[in-house]
Amino acid sequence: MMLRAALALCLTLFAIPAQAIEIQRVESPGGIEAWLVEDHSIPFTALSLTFQGGASLDAPEKRGAVNLMTALLEEGAGEYDSTAFAEEAQALGASFSFDAGDDSLEVGAQMLTENRDQAADLLRLALTEPRFDDQAIERVRAQVQAIIRSEATDPGAIGAKELSQQAWGDHPYATSINGTMDSLAALTRDDLVDAKGRVLARDRVFVGAAGDITPEQLGQLIDDVLGGLPADGSAPLPDMAELQLTPGVTVIDWDSPQTVVSFAGPGLPIEDPDYFAAFVANHILGGGGFSSRLTEELREKRGLTYGIRTGIAAGLYGQTWQGGMSSANEKVGEGLDLIRQEWARMATGEVTEAELNDAKTYITGEYPLRFDGNGKIAGILSGMQLIGLPIDYINNRNAMVEAVTAEDVKRVAQRLLDADGLRFVLVGRPEGVEATDPAVSGQGDPGLRNSDEAVPAEG
Amino acid sequence: MRRLSLALSLALSPVFVAPALAEMPEGISHFTLPNGLETVVIEDHRAPVVVQMVWYKIGSADEVPGKTGLAHYLEHLMFKGTDTMEPGELSKTVTRNGGMDNAFTSYDYTAYFQRIASDRLPLIMEMEADRMANLQIGEDDWQAERQVVLEERAQRTDSDPRALFAEEASAVQYYNHPYGRPVIGWRSEMMGLTREDAVKWYEDYYSPDRAILILAGDVTPERARELAEQYYGPIPAHGDIAPRVRPQEPDQRSPRRMQMSDPRVAQPVMMRTILAPERNPGDQKKAAALTVLAELLGGDSQTSVLGRQLAQTGKALWVGARYDGLSVDPTTFTLSLVPPPGRNIEEAEAEFDAVLADFVETGPNAEDLDRIKTQISAAQIYARDSAHGRAYDYGQGLATGLTIEDVNDWPDILRDVTAEEVTEAARDVLSSRATVTGWLLPEDQAGPDTASAPALPDVEVAPLPAAADAPAEPAAENPAMTETQ
Repeated sequence: MMLRAALALCLTLFAIPAQAIEIQRVESPGGIEAWLVEDHSIPFTALSLTFQGGASLDAPEKRGAVNLMTALLEEGAGEYDSTAFAEEAQALGASFSFDAGDDSLEVGAQMLTENRDQAADLLRLALTEPRFDDQAIERVRAQVQAIIRSEATDPGAIGAKELSQQAWGDHPYATSINGTMDSLAALTRDDLVDAKGRVLARDRVFVGAAGDITPEQLGQLIDDVLGGLPADGSAPLPDMAELQLTPGVTVIDWDSPQTVVSFAGPGLPIEDPDYFAAFVANHILGGGGFSSRLTEELREKRGLTYGIRTGIAAGLYGQTWQGGMSSANEKVGEGLDLIRQEWARMATGEVTEAELNDAKTYITGEYPLRFDGNGKIAGILSGMQLIGLPIDYINNRNAMVEAVTAEDVKRVAQRLLDADGLRFVLVGRPEGVEATDPAVSGQGDPGLRNSDEAVPAEG
Repeated sequence: MRRLSLALSLALSPVFVAPALAEMPEGISHFTLPNGLETVVIEDHRAPVVVQMVWYKIGSADEVPGKTGLAHYLEHLMFKGTDTMEPGELSKTVTRNGGMDNAFTSYDYTAYFQRIASDRLPLIMEMEADRMANLQIGEDDWQAERQVVLEERAQRTDSDPRALFAEEASAVQYYNHPYGRPVIGWRSEMMGLTREDAVKWYEDYYSPDRAILILAGDVTPERARELAEQYYGPIPAHGDIAPRVRPQEPDQRSPRRMQMSDPRVAQPVMMRTILAPERNPGDQKKAAALTVLAELLGGDSQTSVLGRQLAQTGKALWVGARYDGLSVDPTTFTLSLVPPPGRNIEEAEAEFDAVLADFVETGPNAEDLDRIKTQISAAQIYARDSAHGRAYDYGQGLATGLTIEDVNDWPDILRDVTAEEVTEAARDVLSSRATVTGWLLPEDQAGPDTASAPALPDVEVAPLPAAADAPAEPAAENPAMTETQ
């Protein structure tokens, strides 16, 4: 054991610097900015287009429109109906993805070098001339309705939905991007056209690319793909959300041997000066790997759960510090006590030097692991622009982590963590746990299943 | 029978040290240490990252009756320390060094992996080699960990009617082969697993001559060999390894039907599994035809045969066809269907069967086949973007008894599949009587026997079983697999 510690230490001292990743800032002839990591070793290009606002730009009373519109982008465009569009993409060996989220609408593409222009043209059609054929609308609407119904019988989704609704009041964050059975049923083709205009515009797109393409080729390609979009989105970007969580315990009855537990308190945005201090604190409390305090207490020592995790959900428009686990109904009370106990211990901000150092070596060491592939890099590049990070961020980020001191961790932990302020949502038949107030989302009772739905998910 | 003779011939062949002579794809190399540890190196120097995987050719299908869950239980206990490592120290050391680690168990193998900055490769190889030879399972640890695997079962299986349904479908599919028993184990048997069971399993089956080492990413073959010799080289071979002979299936003459209702089911699902051959060394053509067939029938909801005729026309919400030939013994070809709301499942199944029958008559259309081959070629290019993904391909192949040449040749074999071979494969699986057709229904929904009920009101729907657990790692796509965390 001593030997191991010594070896780890020595490796840490000689740790390589974070990989120097060269990002080129490309401006297309048409004036659209893109970030590029050029690498010609594999003959394909990964492209990531991130449109800010995403499903949070749903018009009032039209919840679900952006998500449904997004799913229909690959269901026919220009002269191609749904099947013909997919056949064209497959015949080119190209693959496209279209995903709506709370903060952005993400378009991903992988295009072979040998027919990249044709693949890009197909992507242009999807973004600028989607057909929204009636038959496709009905088919995809039925699929989303199916997801809504399915989530109504998924205890994890039920808990997430209840927690979101308690946290975010009237903001779109409070409800699922899928919409409700009713809101979805009422959407018309015009609503989808309107939703597209709200989100898919040149003023809110961020472009990342990686792979076998030169800056000149990329500039031309993004003009080809995006040039036909309107200059400006037709709706203003979403408002900030105000966190409305109250302390307490919500129990939703669900007939299952296990109780699914979700819990949350206030978080902080990535631009907060103490963001990395909080990130370090979270790693120690319940972050990745098998070595957090919560994993040690609940899983390793007592076998109460298969896994427990916490994380900072740093949305653009609102943030929480949250966690989750599942535990047998008869043991979940003990688990809750331990979560509160560890949350309170962390809230004192006291961490050992070893915990601080281990957290930092993990967080800095893990960072370069994210960049091993064109697809991952392209997504990171557009995502960085979405959250407003500078282009040299990648090469400076680990220094910011290294700079976190025990004092910083203490300050942010004392500011944000409050065991008595946590809201727990339990879905199951927990024994010996008292609910402090009723659920707000009307779930759990099969008679109410169709009233609403839960976390974003795509089948 | 093929399995038996093959296993024997492998067991009798002498251990060889020289690299395989066949031509390797760019960036792939292969060698075997004198103690039998077969090693594959997959080079990708674009990022300073490396993945180590050790695959043991032992899985839940090697368990004896009454001890289900043992292979997976030991997988968990492999994190509990060695003569020189404290319980949990391996993972903590990996984490402290910025890496991640995990493990998974399937019917045919148990695998452990780490992903970390490439300058820390010696560290993780030293620790992985250590637990190959020197595992210690403490008195305090084995009982708590048994609770953890029971909670894992509760979370992944008992809380999910689709998982319970799939588990029972496998039990019905296999009369005699241990693939009919769940990897995670039956609850009552898991509760009886002991430290002694685990230690014996470890001593019997964990050794370099039963393992495959994969190093993928920023490492050269020379460095890989040097480190492998340094850390794994000194571990003695177990020797005397018996061939993997499991009880085989007799002829199955009776198509079986099953039905399960559960209030947690949102909408009806039809699933049919059909016994099908697996990929075998030097003999992968049938499996290749089945792979292409699955893609043609249900690979894509917009362009596949079932997708075009049923999903696109509103006769189904989802359709699917799935086949994975990486298996030691015969596996299954799986078809699935989610009828749209209001549609009687029996009628939906009849339409589904009519489409399949028509396909057997007409065979694949040439354009469909061409498109799939284009996608196979493109996938081969995209696959080079992930060294980790390729590590799974090689590990899973070698751990299920294929040679490295078999894994290398697979994309070409897929591309060579002819329309006639697809038609023949379709005829074989679709006329088979070795089938299990199951309906998973919401509790309030009557089956056809009590179908005096009118057309189903407001039938509820969920994604297909396969889409339910989005995997973090490529290998977890195998629904039979179970990961540590």
